[in-house]
Amino acid sequence: MRSHQTARNLPPVGGTGEAMVVAHGLRKSYGEFEAVKGVDVEVRKGEAFGFLGPNGAGKSSTMRMIAAVSPVTAGSLQILGMDPATAGSAIRARLGVCPQEDTLDNELSVFENLVVYGRYFGMSRAAATSQADELLAFVQLTEKAKSKVEDLSGGMKRRLTIARSLINTPDLLLLDEPTTGLDPQARHQLWDRLFRLKQQGVTLVLTTHYMDEAEQLCDRLVVMDKGVIVAQGSPAQLIAAHSTREVTELRFGVGDNDLVADKVSDLADRVEVLPDRVLLYTDDGEAAAVAVHERGLRPLSSLVRRATLEDVFLRLTGRTLVD
Amino acid sequence: MAALTSGGAPRLAPRLTDYWVTVLKRTWRGSVITSFLMPFLYLTAMGVGLGSFVDDRAGAQALGGVTYLAFIAPGLLATTAMQTGVFESTYPVMGGFKWHRSYFAMAASPLTPADIVAAQLAFTAFRTAITCGVFLGVIAGFGALSSWWGGLLAIVVAVLLGLAYAAPITGLASRMKNESGFSLIFRLGLLPMFLFSGAFFPITQLPIVAQWLAYLTPIWHGVELSRMLTLGQLDWWPALGHLAYLAAWVVAGWLYAVKGFERRLAQ
Amino acid sequence: MTQAPAPARPGTLGLRVLPVLGGNSWRMVERNFLVYRHGWVVFLTGMLEPILYLLSIGIGVGNLVGDFRLGDGRAVSYVEFVAPAMLAASAMNGALFDSTYNIFFRMKYAKLYDAILATPLGPGDVARGEITWALLRGAVYSAVFIVVMVAMGLVQSWWMLLALPATLLIGFAFAGAGMALTTWMRSWQDFEFVQLAIMPMFLFSATFYPLSTYPDAVQEIVRWTPLYQGVVLCRGMALGSMGWEAVTAVAYLAAMGLVGVYVASRRLGTLLLK
Repeated sequence: MRSHQTARNLPPVGGTGEAMVVAHGLRKSYGEFEAVKGVDVEVRKGEAFGFLGPNGAGKSSTMRMIAAVSPVTAGSLQILGMDPATAGSAIRARLGVCPQEDTLDNELSVFENLVVYGRYFGMSRAAATSQADELLAFVQLTEKAKSKVEDLSGGMKRRLTIARSLINTPDLLLLDEPTTGLDPQARHQLWDRLFRLKQQGVTLVLTTHYMDEAEQLCDRLVVMDKGVIVAQGSPAQLIAAHSTREVTELRFGVGDNDLVADKVSDLADRVEVLPDRVLLYTDDGEAAAVAVHERGLRPLSSLVRRATLEDVFLRLTGRTLVD
Repeated sequence: MAALTSGGAPRLAPRLTDYWVTVLKRTWRGSVITSFLMPFLYLTAMGVGLGSFVDDRAGAQALGGVTYLAFIAPGLLATTAMQTGVFESTYPVMGGFKWHRSYFAMAASPLTPADIVAAQLAFTAFRTAITCGVFLGVIAGFGALSSWWGGLLAIVVAVLLGLAYAAPITGLASRMKNESGFSLIFRLGLLPMFLFSGAFFPITQLPIVAQWLAYLTPIWHGVELSRMLTLGQLDWWPALGHLAYLAAWVVAGWLYAVKGFERRLAQ
Repeated sequence: MTQAPAPARPGTLGLRVLPVLGGNSWRMVERNFLVYRHGWVVFLTGMLEPILYLLSIGIGVGNLVGDFRLGDGRAVSYVEFVAPAMLAASAMNGALFDSTYNIFFRMKYAKLYDAILATPLGPGDVARGEITWALLRGAVYSAVFIVVMVAMGLVQSWWMLLALPATLLIGFAFAGAGMALTTWMRSWQDFEFVQLAIMPMFLFSATFYPLSTYPDAVQEIVRWTPLYQGVVLCRGMALGSMGWEAVTAVAYLAAMGLVGVYVASRRLGTLLLK
């Protein structure tokens, strides 16, 4: 596959700070099932690093190994310069973890959730309390301090989980699908908070199956599919290497998209046919759209847009991300 | 039944049969073992074991010539009906509103709150009948049942008693925000009624105030009725009084439950 | 499923499985204490349960039964005979509730331990912390019950001063075993089987009448149940009939608790750290 060759031409690591996570040939099996099949990554201090891929790509399994709660099946893994097999507790002391599903303590209030969690890290009650106050302000939940967790909205719970993951002032913050299931407003609010953390120099490692999220937050990312890395680089690099600059989307109605594809194949560098639309990959989308009309084809709708990571993924795997 | 509803008769309740049959299929296994073994163990330990100490001592006189086994068997039967009624209408009802929210799914169909309550209580009645039927079989096995018609009527009484608890507690559960109140119902309501309702000893041994409190509880009336039936010593007027008292609890509780469901489902 | 336990160096096994009050397990205790501060009504009413049983037996059933004659020929009232058994049984019940239903809920539904294991705390800390909490809570309940026994004049011996540690030991044995068993539970339905084990034990462990009531063969079986051991211990203390049986009971219960906590920590590790 061409993708592997181009991936090799890209700079393998971004940033120049110390290595926070180093994995070589990392594997994870659950019985017969192999979830992660040999992954190499290196995350540097201060960068925001993303694992992008559909559900079941092996992102969460990789994240759990990096969180030092899931034993490595094979390969080597160093987190903050330590081996999770022997120094799990010491590693976890310096990590912040925001799991895919909220694991908030429903029996405690919002504020107590933070303080008690701080105590698990061995913080003094005074330190945990003042840190909890600051973090509640940071995630805009100060007014909810005394509320029960179950009375919070989905977005608020997510923000509380983020606050909880920051209670020990971690060197490395792990976020597994941080905005899945949130409404657009809540997502933007959360991105804003994560962006601030990044600016403060916190190293972020996150998984996502949202392209826009990866483009917004990640300096560098790897695209995973079926347990392996299929491409890596910055969002811009990946788009440059695996897609054209623009895309023209044409909708011809159910069943007609296939028939039309042949008639327009020479108008673009590449044509993809999806069940509901035809995608023309070209550096001049507007010109392609005009040419389609000149051939007498009348799509129900046509749209010219910039290429995104979604197109990169489609190119690399032949599948859409959210299916 | 029309009197039991404020929003029309529960005509559509039979449509919920499939739902409840599915629930039953999922949960019957454990309860069958329990509903057979529990009475067996209790009757062996208390009736036979402890009974051997009661019958040749002070107890024989206090129980009016009845063996301790024959005395507590109907008492335990009645408390089992009470417990079934209470359990089926606490966590399961809370779950229907709060966890799996199946009541809301039902209410989004043509079913009315009255239908949903009727089906819920019909299921509880069925459960009580099965559990107490098994219990009576065990009692008969111990030779503590005087006649088969008394046994059949005792099942009817058990269902009525189960509903006398299930209906008002279903109403209570439909008004509760969270489940922590249940442990108070169990500890401050159910347990004292289990221990001091005449199931294990005649309530005439209690202080007079406690006796009067016991008369107010449905369980005491249930125990008395069951005991008449299993011993074959029916006393018509008191029996009718007990029946009427239990029926009053069912009707009032049912109305209270329908009101509660109407309010909660409208939210 | 479980790997063979790594050979423990002499001296370290005890440190790893005893609810030793050092290390990080205290953090869990602190968390549970906070939770209970919200639910103090539930906590208080929990004390009532064994006391109501005692009253029911004292006022009612005791009058039907009359006095019991002990092995040494002394006659005791029925309440005096049953009260220490109730003490042991309620220590068992409390410990089992905390270590089965509670743990299962927190593991499968609340995902509490997933959150905790993302911190420096490990599965051993969780197991020790939960059991320490169960023991502390049990100690308060037992203490209240013992005071009620003394107030009702049901205690005949100074040995009773040791009853509180004895109930702690009973709690430790059942909490350890209960927690270990819980790690094999698949659904709530499985708890029916726990109930099926506890009920006969509660009814037949010489709680309500002397062991000698049974035929010899049954006596032998009953002797091996852990609750019987607890009943022997508590009854011996309340009625002043302590013997070698009490020493066996202490050894039995301690071993049961230690094995339980050891298995529970290991199993929690394999279950949660996948």
